[in-house]
Amino acid sequence: MLKDTTTGFGWISIVIHWLMAFSIFGLFGLGLYMVELTYYDAWYKGSLDLHKDIGMLLLLALIIRIGWRFANTTPAELPGPKWEQLAGKVMHFGLYAVMLILMLSGFLISTADGRAIAVFEWVNVPALPWSIDNQEDIAGEIHEVLAWLLIAMTAIHALAAVKHQLINKDNGLKRMWIKK
Amino acid sequence: MKKLLLATTLTAVALLSSAANAADYNIDVKGAHAFINFKIKHLGYSWLTGRFNDFDGKFSYDAKKANDSKVNVTIQTASIDSNHAERDKHLKGDDFLDVAKYPTATFNSTGYKATDANSGVLTGTFNLHGVTKTISFPVTKVGEGNDPWGGYRAGFSGTTSLKLADYGITYDLGPQSTHVELELYLEGIRQ
Repeated sequence: MLKDTTTGFGWISIVIHWLMAFSIFGLFGLGLYMVELTYYDAWYKGSLDLHKDIGMLLLLALIIRIGWRFANTTPAELPGPKWEQLAGKVMHFGLYAVMLILMLSGFLISTADGRAIAVFEWVNVPALPWSIDNQEDIAGEIHEVLAWLLIAMTAIHALAAVKHQLINKDNGLKRMWIKK
Repeated sequence: MKKLLLATTLTAVALLSSAANAADYNIDVKGAHAFINFKIKHLGYSWLTGRFNDFDGKFSYDAKKANDSKVNVTIQTASIDSNHAERDKHLKGDDFLDVAKYPTATFNSTGYKATDANSGVLTGTFNLHGVTKTISFPVTKVGEGNDPWGGYRAGFSGTTSLKLADYGITYDLGPQSTHVELELYLEGIRQ
């Protein structure tokens, strides 16, 4: 089953979910690591290029994912008290919003001087036609804060899924995993 | 009584004329006829150049009393521009200028020694990255005179070399890149 239904997620949603999850964790680690590299480290340049390449692919994946979510029925809420369902909704919306702003802020750092981002030396993502003063610094601050926020939110999101799976036993985690 | 009046008048005239002679100039940052550029070796293979876009200052200069010349310049460190946002972000961060902590760099002259009609050695205190040092470097008057719009201008150039480690900037850019050359081109409009 490719599409989402009222009873569960389809393959496309599941694949994008985990692809993005692993990529985001990877980029978080890479980001923390690369800013500590110094000028004469062999990967000083390459690490940043890879971070930008994957980041731009993530942005594309996120756009596809949001589009796919609107194009589909959303699976029914898991059973539980009203406040939990509301908290889940807020969290999911928050994750989308933080991911989007995080990726856009990264894009705005590297394109602050009008340079394009050459994704894997293959596709140029052009800069916006305008920029603001000290854009690379402002976008940089936002990028760093939101990266930590996203990881914190993801941890809560994952804990909630595990809680649904193990305590509520309503397949909260399994419904986003491999179907038998 | 007449003598006293005469003496007072003479003193006043003398004071007035000396005030008029002490030519004070504001650096023409509004019209961008002043530049603070820098260059540093990249790996020892080439030069990387950039500039500070935001600074201000003034100087006093009188060709007849060149040794009384004074200059004060304040640079907004966050305005560093090497034509590459990612690099500028790095330069503004705590590996280099740490502009959040040290938003300005200042130069205040303490002396000027003319070596000939149009050049001399300028000495002063330079504050960068929270470190203040006394530096001396040669400066040259490029020219002075009336401009076509009713003002009077004078322009100077000067170059100095700074060892980054002297100012607590110790990020390793390689053995060929320990010093940065500062180039100043300052045009002032007489007040």
